[in-house]
Amino acid sequence: MNCVLGSDNILNDTVLYRVIYEAVGNVLPCGLSYVVAGLAMMMILVNGVLVGAGLFSWVERRLIGRFHNRIGPNRWGPFGLLQPMADLVKLLTKEDLTPKSADRLLFAIVPVAMLAPVILTMAVVPFAKDTALANLNVGVLYILAVTSITSVAIFMAGWASDNRYAMFGASRGVAVLISYEVPVVMSLLGVVLLAGSMSLDDVVSAQNVPFLLVQPMAFFVFLAGISAELNRTPFDLAEAESELIAGFHTEYSGVKFALIQAAEFGAVLTSSAVIVTLFLSGWSGPFSEYFGWAWFLLKIGVLAFMFSWVRATLPRLRIDQLLAFAWKFLLPLSIINLFATALEVYFLRDDAGTLATSDLWVMAGINFGVAFACLIIFGTLIKEKVRPARLITGDTLSAVEAD
Amino acid sequence: MPIHTEPMTVNIGPQHPSTHGVFRLRVTFDGEEILEVEPIFGYLHRGTEKLAEERNYTQIVTLTDRLDYVSSMINNQAYCLAVEELLGVEVPQRAKYLRTLTAELQRVASHLMGIGFFLQDLGTLGTPLMYGFRSREKILDLFEMLCGARITLSYMRPGGVFFDAPDDFWPALDQFLEDFDIEFEELERLILENEIVMVRTRGVSVLPLDLAINASVSGPTLRASGSDWDWRKKAPYDAYDRMDFEVPTATGGDNYDRFWVRMQEIRQSIRIVRQCVEQIEPGATRAEVPLILRPKPGTESYGRVEASKGELAFYVVSDGGISPYRMKVRSPSLINLTVTEHLLVGWKLSDMIVTLGSLDINMGEVDR
Repeated sequence: MNCVLGSDNILNDTVLYRVIYEAVGNVLPCGLSYVVAGLAMMMILVNGVLVGAGLFSWVERRLIGRFHNRIGPNRWGPFGLLQPMADLVKLLTKEDLTPKSADRLLFAIVPVAMLAPVILTMAVVPFAKDTALANLNVGVLYILAVTSITSVAIFMAGWASDNRYAMFGASRGVAVLISYEVPVVMSLLGVVLLAGSMSLDDVVSAQNVPFLLVQPMAFFVFLAGISAELNRTPFDLAEAESELIAGFHTEYSGVKFALIQAAEFGAVLTSSAVIVTLFLSGWSGPFSEYFGWAWFLLKIGVLAFMFSWVRATLPRLRIDQLLAFAWKFLLPLSIINLFATALEVYFLRDDAGTLATSDLWVMAGINFGVAFACLIIFGTLIKEKVRPARLITGDTLSAVEAD
Repeated sequence: MPIHTEPMTVNIGPQHPSTHGVFRLRVTFDGEEILEVEPIFGYLHRGTEKLAEERNYTQIVTLTDRLDYVSSMINNQAYCLAVEELLGVEVPQRAKYLRTLTAELQRVASHLMGIGFFLQDLGTLGTPLMYGFRSREKILDLFEMLCGARITLSYMRPGGVFFDAPDDFWPALDQFLEDFDIEFEELERLILENEIVMVRTRGVSVLPLDLAINASVSGPTLRASGSDWDWRKKAPYDAYDRMDFEVPTATGGDNYDRFWVRMQEIRQSIRIVRQCVEQIEPGATRAEVPLILRPKPGTESYGRVEASKGELAFYVVSDGGISPYRMKVRSPSLINLTVTEHLLVGWKLSDMIVTLGSLDINMGEVDR
């Protein structure tokens, strides 16, 4: 029998879902094939993110090894590719400790609460033409909503562990996440204005010119904000290995630790995917009809490499400097960018409300000018605010020597 | 509703990634800000001074290795100078040059480690540390050629050095000096002028010069506060009187200046090593001393050197026996650590870790 997809299904646009649905529909009743196809997509999503996180952990360790003039893990499997497996087996066989005074339920929820938003984010990102698992018309809003769960998870970890280092890490983490949420949202609004839609599919198809060029300042703010939310240097205050042992996940071990690590590595990939979709024209590129996924993966790879590079290079900021950076630098920049973009869209759009490619190039030119001016002005302002005056002591040594 | 806050006491250490050994700080925090600091040490006490009373003069050299275990060569030197003064032995010229050369190489190795861990505490993911270790590894290879050991060297003896350098040591040293310039420049370019390093360390934990002098602080920590006090210049020992080098000083006394002074000292040390290679001449490497040393009863001596952490000194008293009646170690790390409370109160948790790193303490030397 041939099953027909219902018209109100958000999965309708996904090619893979249709293929599975129709294939299963040949042998099973239509209602059941609906469930089977849905579950299959879920498995692909969850396993895709987890395997990606494992692979990325290997890539990053190899890369950082090279940055350190080391080799990095190369023993287990070709080029050490099976290292994530070995790590996983090791962590799964370790004792899963819960501190005596911990809040057991909250303590156990945390790893899942950390991993879930990472996987959920991936659901709305299109890998190629018509491949987003769910083509939500409020995709951008959905991503913002889902990723902010992480701050709750971090605070739960700190509170439930009953450990002072974890509490330090958690309070830092929440402060950072809440502060950086604001400029991140503000910088995204420019993209939404340009695309005229919150659906990620529409955002990709609106990028005749990559929004990286049209919105350079928003890209910069978003990148800084995202690396703060990812807890990576120079913003890794919540974990701050040299200060807080491991920050909010100090007390986690065994499989819970493995899940938290998977969430952190996976978050880099999903954030890169979001950045690629919003600013680097997603899966589009030459031959994107057939090789959209390759373009998408390539762009993710470039961004992930950049994240690793930054992580290997920069030291960490202090909490007050970090918050000052968010409120005094990134927030004004994102507001200026939003204002400029709104004006440009108002004046350049045609009667139907759409923007031509030539308009986008004009905006790119204006916005680059604005971005450079703002970066220079705010850069000099914040420099003097953050750097403390240098204390000069008088030379009392000559007096001592005379004695 | 008023928000109720209360101070929180945290034990940083003895097991903590950034306490540089088994060091414990009992800190009271108001949020992230430090209200009180109480340094607690003694976890690594091994009774070196008492053990020295049970060993003969040559055996004690191995005990000194284990004080500041990242600069054993300089510890050997200080102890040997003290015993030589006790015996009245004149050290041959070649031995003096070899001592100067190895001590400066050891200073480079120690400073590279100090800088590496300081930047590690600042939050870098080990990249500067690994850059430093790359060069340090080559220095340890050179030491291995000299005496077979890499960390606990015991290369120096009262009266000179253990062995002359093997023939293949000199080409290897030349190669090292050639590579080191490139490697060190990479490290400087990576981190010395980094904006985040500047923001995090400038003006933080300032040690005023008068306090530094009153607290008897020495070494790079003192020189970062504005003094140019250096025993290599003020009372040259071994071959330092024939060396042409500068003593880098800074005036800020903050974390950045302590870091900066160490970076500059590495350059000067390499300069000294180059001069040693040029000036050294063939000859004996150890004075004629008996197998068992017996200084005259009632004699005492104070041998001091400018170690990588500061003034390291051994005070040795003899009662005419084969082992000292009493040996006292003046360890720079312990005395530099006495200013911690002044440096830390009022700053934040993150600054505390960095300040400890900038003091470059070594617990093997603090606890003895």
